[in-house]
Amino acid sequence: MLRYIASRLLTSAAMVLAATLIVFLIANTVPGDPVLTQLGDVAANNPEMVAAYRHKWGLDLPMWDRYEIFLRGLAHGDLGTSISSQRPVLEDIEQYAPATVELSTVAFLLSVIAGLPLGVLAAMKRDSWVDHLARGVSLIGVSAPTFWLAFIMLAVFYGWLGIAPGPGQIGADQFPPPDVTGFMLIDAPLAGQWNTFWDAITHLILPSIVLAAATVGLITRTTRAAMLEALSQDYIRVARAKGLFRRVIMLRHALPNALLPVVTLGGLAYAQLLTGTVLTETIFSWPGLGRYTFQSAVILDFPAIMGVTLVVAMVYVVINLVVDVSYALLDPRVMRR
Amino acid sequence: MSQAESAITDAVAGALATHETGSGANRRRRWRRRYGLAALGAIVVVVWALLALLAPWITPYPPNAVNVAGRLTAPSAAHWLGTDELGRDVLTRIVFGARTSLTVGFTVVLIGGAIGTLVGGVAAYARGWAEEALMRATDLMFCFPPIILAMAIAAALGIGTRNTVIAMLVVWWPKFARLARSLVLGQRSLEYVAAARTIGFRPTHILFREILPNAVGPLIVLVTLDLGNAILVFAGLSFLGLGVVPPTPEWGSMVSEGRELVSQWWVATFPGLAILTVVIGFNFVGDGLRDWLDPHARRR
Amino acid sequence: MQDAAEPLLQVSDLRTWFFTDAGVVRAVDGVSFTLARGETLGIVGESGSGKSVAAKSIMNLLEEPARIVAGSIRFAGREITTLPEEELRDIRGAEIAMVFQDPMTSLNPVLRISRQLIETMTAHKRFTPEEARTRAASLLGRMGVASPEQMLDSWPHQFSGGMRQRVMLAMGFSNTPSLILADEPTTALDVTIQAQILDLLRALNADLGTAVILISHDLGVIANVCSRVLVMYAGEVVEEGRPEDLLVDPRHPYTWALLHAAPRLDGEIGNDRRLATIEGQPPDAHAWPDGCRFRARCPFAIERCAQHPELLPVGDGRSARCWVTQDGSPLHPPQRAAVSGETIHAGAVTAPLLEVRGLVKHFPLPRENFLEKQRVLRALDGVDLEVFPGETVGLVGESGCGKSTLARVVMRLTEPTAGRIMFDGQDISHASQADIRPLRRRMQMVFQDPYASLNPRMTVGQILSGPLRLHGLADSAAAARERVAELLNLVGLPQASAARFPHEFSGGQRQRISIARALAVEPVFVVGDEPISALDVNIQAQIINLLIGLQERLRLTYLFIAHDLAVVRHISDRIVVLYLGRVVETAPAAELFVRPLHPYTASLISAVPHPEAARSPRRIMLTGEVPSALNPPSGCHFRTRCPVAAARCATEVPVLAEASAGHRVACHFPGTLQAG
Repeated sequence: MLRYIASRLLTSAAMVLAATLIVFLIANTVPGDPVLTQLGDVAANNPEMVAAYRHKWGLDLPMWDRYEIFLRGLAHGDLGTSISSQRPVLEDIEQYAPATVELSTVAFLLSVIAGLPLGVLAAMKRDSWVDHLARGVSLIGVSAPTFWLAFIMLAVFYGWLGIAPGPGQIGADQFPPPDVTGFMLIDAPLAGQWNTFWDAITHLILPSIVLAAATVGLITRTTRAAMLEALSQDYIRVARAKGLFRRVIMLRHALPNALLPVVTLGGLAYAQLLTGTVLTETIFSWPGLGRYTFQSAVILDFPAIMGVTLVVAMVYVVINLVVDVSYALLDPRVMRR
Repeated sequence: MSQAESAITDAVAGALATHETGSGANRRRRWRRRYGLAALGAIVVVVWALLALLAPWITPYPPNAVNVAGRLTAPSAAHWLGTDELGRDVLTRIVFGARTSLTVGFTVVLIGGAIGTLVGGVAAYARGWAEEALMRATDLMFCFPPIILAMAIAAALGIGTRNTVIAMLVVWWPKFARLARSLVLGQRSLEYVAAARTIGFRPTHILFREILPNAVGPLIVLVTLDLGNAILVFAGLSFLGLGVVPPTPEWGSMVSEGRELVSQWWVATFPGLAILTVVIGFNFVGDGLRDWLDPHARRR
Repeated sequence: MQDAAEPLLQVSDLRTWFFTDAGVVRAVDGVSFTLARGETLGIVGESGSGKSVAAKSIMNLLEEPARIVAGSIRFAGREITTLPEEELRDIRGAEIAMVFQDPMTSLNPVLRISRQLIETMTAHKRFTPEEARTRAASLLGRMGVASPEQMLDSWPHQFSGGMRQRVMLAMGFSNTPSLILADEPTTALDVTIQAQILDLLRALNADLGTAVILISHDLGVIANVCSRVLVMYAGEVVEEGRPEDLLVDPRHPYTWALLHAAPRLDGEIGNDRRLATIEGQPPDAHAWPDGCRFRARCPFAIERCAQHPELLPVGDGRSARCWVTQDGSPLHPPQRAAVSGETIHAGAVTAPLLEVRGLVKHFPLPRENFLEKQRVLRALDGVDLEVFPGETVGLVGESGCGKSTLARVVMRLTEPTAGRIMFDGQDISHASQADIRPLRRRMQMVFQDPYASLNPRMTVGQILSGPLRLHGLADSAAAARERVAELLNLVGLPQASAARFPHEFSGGQRQRISIARALAVEPVFVVGDEPISALDVNIQAQIINLLIGLQERLRLTYLFIAHDLAVVRHISDRIVVLYLGRVVETAPAAELFVRPLHPYTASLISAVPHPEAARSPRRIMLTGEVPSALNPPSGCHFRTRCPVAAARCATEVPVLAEASAGHRVACHFPGTLQAG
């Protein structure tokens, strides 16, 4: 088992390295002067700065050396400087990440809590109304553009019906608690600001539902398909012949087998959530990484875009590692010969 | 008639009464239930395709006709879906937007699918180091969530439909490579492939003439389902400001333009609805195709 | 409460039908029988006869679209067909237990064996979890598992088919049911393992008094365990009686056909080597024919057969559904044509067509990750073999012996790791595929699985003309069509087949197409990799006859691989016995069975279930399982299971040496193990 983890760690490290290479390549195939692109308008008026950066980044050196400089910079946490905020990208990311983590975690939990049981039920009562409802819900979730869904939800529940709080992580009338972890749901109670805590929760509802929509669809579909596949196996027939209760067969025999392909989905689901934040946070004025990415994309803040891409890739690799190891723990065939 | 036989007749009559197989009406009803949604989806897709094709002839206004005086008017008889911030007719822009979306969707999925299938198929048939190399390259691409990577590439290349399509292509082929690889691997171990080798056919012949036709089914399902996905991704990229160059009408950028206009809800709502209906259409068709191919779904 | 004299199970006029989209399939169409407590009953029939469905109906384990539409099943005084699901659940697994055919898929892969065994016992509230665990361990021990405690904590994938079937049996017997339904429990197992399982079943019936219904397509298997047998055909019982009576004096033409179509180890082989078989295949289950359902294939059919016969007594404890025997006429044994077959079987003077020396094939297994050690599957570990022109060499062995690998290496579908392969004097061991391509005209192969060996997307015509075009044997479409017609004729298929797709044909017909494909290029050497193993007995006989006929007509040389000893004995001139990648013995066919020198050969022969159980020689029982090819035993591979192994066997690899003319054996103590 340890050998498996070690081997996967090695692979993950290689993947991270490859990710840096890809990001580097993308950054350096930019047509035009990289310095001007990286520095933006500031550089246009300042030739000495341009020359200084040209030297710093070794633009007159061959590719491999530039890559080395790039890697060294990365090791020190230097992801470049954002054109719009004029701060190191890493700082920007550190500031905005917690809000996104909070949102995506809640959305993830939501989609699992909703999606798994729905998928299982849909498979157990195949072709019933539950099944059709599940398939309908997952279809809409998977087919609707996230950014549009965000708009609609806000327009309907806030703009028209007025039952949901408006955009933002907390209301304008609330004082944000002192920044301990960066997570509103933790910092507010720590500061004893229970009003703010409750306010934060209500503000979380709409965005997390929107985010979860697509992922619920994915999880429901996959769970349903996996359950149906498991139910068609011989060992289920054997279980019936043993006289076991139907519920026992479904939950103790079929479900553990069905969960295996669903677990491997974990990575994909998380990728979807990350992507979703980019498209959703703006509409909800959520002060997170997604909105940062959106704004950077709109104004073509190149260093920010690259920085975020790289960070997201690394997080993704780690998530996949966790998923692989979890799968190995769950499926006895993998580790024990 | 013996007693046993008359007992049969009663039971049989009862059983058969609840199950009329072979009758034309019943078979039609069963087909409709199972593939009705797929047919509906197909109709939706075809309608959109027609709209896109006939766009210049069926729309009341030119798509880029600015009319600042008439900006942000609600849906009315003159403008069925209202006007946007620059007074352009939303309905017209949506119909023209269909052109972009459908074209991009088909281009990305068909070309990306072809490349991916080739890579995956060759990897699976050749095995050995070729497979290792190709699949490692594929795995690399899976490091990134697709839209993020497409975003990065599109930003690097500059905005514009062509660049965005290229960015999407780079991101699109890996999933087809993975699927093609597993399909070809599955076929490769079957005995008709070994038989073809004993006859003396060359590897390219076996891969393209014998194996791939048998692997095509799930690939087509993926293509169909993915068309919707591609449209969503492209709309998302346009929403981010990458993608089409303004003022080209495109559904994603239209939603982006209207994203803060909560009271003038029609600017952002209708383009999104267009995306929703097209994608649902493709998903229905894809699901129907998948059910049709799935041996478990048939009652034998 | 049930009276001791009352039968345990009474099935009357059972009808189970499948209501499918394509029509109603009357899988079980009027089956009646009784079973007393502790009795053993066998149900024999080919695929599609309805035997499995009948068994599942007994505990109403049917799923849509199957349904019991008529008849009654009385078990221990209760009517199964009308019992509600909750009461059925109580009976299943407790009073009636079932053991299924495929042990590899019958156990849940993600649950420990202990869990799967214990839940049967606790679900029926007969035992507490602690009691259940103790009992599970003792049950496993009773089933012949060496370390039960260790097995309990393991997972199914860590065990072989034979072991898993023992677990299934343990599960079945765990609640001491009154009835066990065993649906082809040994079909997927090797012969030596099968013998162990059948013995186990017999012992359990004797010790625990559990009634057994054993379903199989093999009369020999049933005769070994059961005291009474039902023969099913087309959803009906066509004959019933004691196995020994049926075997000597069958009263239904179908039983007659089964008996004569299956080669027997002690059977006579006529000069022409043909098996007496009936033509055609079972009728379409969607619409049984009127009158006697066997009529279309019956060699004894008379006028009256147009009327559907009833199952009537024809003797003491026997009944048959046949007008011919009910009238009193016997069923004659088949006339053997006294053909002085021109035996093309080789003079040993000629040079061998195929010669294999020291063939080794090792497969490196893919590694999970970088840090694991590389595992190697030693499929072939030094094989010597010759095949002379015109003869048929039978290659026999159990699973894991390497026979399929040998076929593929000989055909150069894969390259050997070491050793030499000479075909017609030419060394093809490491030749490139381009060099071998011209040779492909001369050697061809027929595969085992009739469903996977034909490309589902090509018509038969395309499948057959492909090779012609590739090797330039047909220069125009018309020439190709002509040759395809010839080939279809050669294998006994109608001309219209050329336009059809493989899925429109039955298993036996598909094998004919495969054979036609192999013959298209006019080869001299044909390798058959278990070409009949997936077919029913009667169809097997047809294909065997076809192959023999083709050999005589076209002067072919065969390397025939199979696991069925009787078939191999029937068709081969010489036999090669393989065990775990090595040849252990080779001899002329007749001599091998009369005087087997290697202990493995002897036990293999004695493990084949003999229809005349009373007359079968005393069994040589092998203990244990076949070792894994990943880590074969040192020295002689067979020593871990060999009854006469000594210290020498672990250190010295026995060499294949000549014991008498044409009879070679690789053993340090040949001939010491005798059966009987």
